[in-house]
Amino acid sequence: MEDKITVAHVQLSSCCGCLISLVDTYEKFLDVLNSIDLVYCQTLMDAREIPEADVILVEGAVCLEDHHALEVAREVRKKGKTVVALGACAALGCITRFAKGGQMPKPVQGSFSSLTEIIRCDMAIPGCPPSPELILGVITALIKGDEEYLKPFRRYAVCKCESCGCDLIINVVNKSLCMGCGICSASCPTRAIEMVDGRPVVSPQLCVKCGVCSFQCPRIEI
Amino acid sequence: MDPLGSYKSIISARATDKRILKRCQDGGIVSAVFIYGLENNILDGVIVADKEEGFRPVPKVATTPEEVLEAAGTKYTVSPNLSVLKSAIREYACEKVGVVGTPCQILSLRKALKYPVGFRHMVDKVKLLVGIFCMENFPYMGMRIIVEELCGVRIEDVVKMDIGKGKFWVYTRWGEVKSVKLKKTHPYEQSSCHVCTDYTAELADISTGSVGSPDGWSTVIIRNERGEEIINKMIEEGYLERRPIDEGKFGLGLLKKLALVKKEKNMKEIEHRKELGLPVPPDVCH
Repeated sequence: MEDKITVAHVQLSSCCGCLISLVDTYEKFLDVLNSIDLVYCQTLMDAREIPEADVILVEGAVCLEDHHALEVAREVRKKGKTVVALGACAALGCITRFAKGGQMPKPVQGSFSSLTEIIRCDMAIPGCPPSPELILGVITALIKGDEEYLKPFRRYAVCKCESCGCDLIINVVNKSLCMGCGICSASCPTRAIEMVDGRPVVSPQLCVKCGVCSFQCPRIEI
Repeated sequence: MDPLGSYKSIISARATDKRILKRCQDGGIVSAVFIYGLENNILDGVIVADKEEGFRPVPKVATTPEEVLEAAGTKYTVSPNLSVLKSAIREYACEKVGVVGTPCQILSLRKALKYPVGFRHMVDKVKLLVGIFCMENFPYMGMRIIVEELCGVRIEDVVKMDIGKGKFWVYTRWGEVKSVKLKKTHPYEQSSCHVCTDYTAELADISTGSVGSPDGWSTVIIRNERGEEIINKMIEEGYLERRPIDEGKFGLGLLKKLALVKKEKNMKEIEHRKELGLPVPPDVCH
């Protein structure tokens, strides 16, 4: 057990979709469980206290009206050697950017920030959710210490992007870098991007600000 | 570094199927490879660029040889082929997908295969990447101006377009052939092509294009084992006929020269953009 890395999974304000995405790797998930030492994951196991861990995967945004959430965020930073903001809510805010409170049963809870805004994260992964294969790729790279593979995610943790479809327009189309490959359109989980005359047109009604389209764009250096 | 990227071998080849030869651009390699793949259960869906009225390109998931044939031939404008990638896997439920694309599209797909953030269960279903040689592309209206204003042909009457011998050629359904010098078409190129340094789709499994081979034949760059296996089988089973590549000035020499021209010219543009403080794409195929 000693040479296995210890991994914790912590959930803040999220739908659990990122964890489900990891489990969606089926038998490969068993390989993952065999090659790591999972020390905390409320959905899958009975452990009450967040222990110290080599890697803490955090999914979800931080609710500022919930002091418990803020404490968990700080605890995560203290206990984790490498803190990974897993998925768009933790990395960028995603759907929680649209929250404004006034809903039952907690009408006062209306301010959500991405984890990257609250604590320093070592890595951030966009996507709603990130695909099973991608999460697997990151965990495998963490086990092997493959820094080359992890580089984009380390950079993503400190980049200040809007994580909106607008990023594509401002950083790629407006900068005469878009050549119309269409990968952004295919990657969008809500089909908010239509290719018109070889360029992306983003529907602001459908975009959930998950950041996938611009991460997937080959013309942006991440 | 080799201006053609890394590869195992280069040959000249053409399809043997008359249906392909009737509709294809040069040697019909892309159509032949995809039809071979579909007929022999190596592929069950291929992403191609079809066209609608007025030569408007439409990315399409083809699952039968007939659909591949319908989409044969080059479109000199942007077809966002990768936009149907997820649809091929989800809606069409394809498990062995072939994709044809320009060098930038192949690069984009390789990135998605390495970092499939938004692509659940896609990586193991993309089985073959076929790249086409590309110097630059035209936005749809740019292409239309070349055809209608520079060549004086109504877009509805066009059956084929081609680039070769320093000219842009337009063939009409009345049998007319019009052409215009490439010098005149340069202003209608999309500017994002000028920061691309990949002429031969260096990250594909197989790359193909007309340059380097006689009329009616295509140059085929076989880049890895996957590409080699499929091309060898196609030759063995009579889907393709091959001839050795002309190693001389008008064969491999010309291909290498054009690949190098694109690299050097567009590296200058990249440097120029840097001087202006404009963003540039990540350096992958410089």
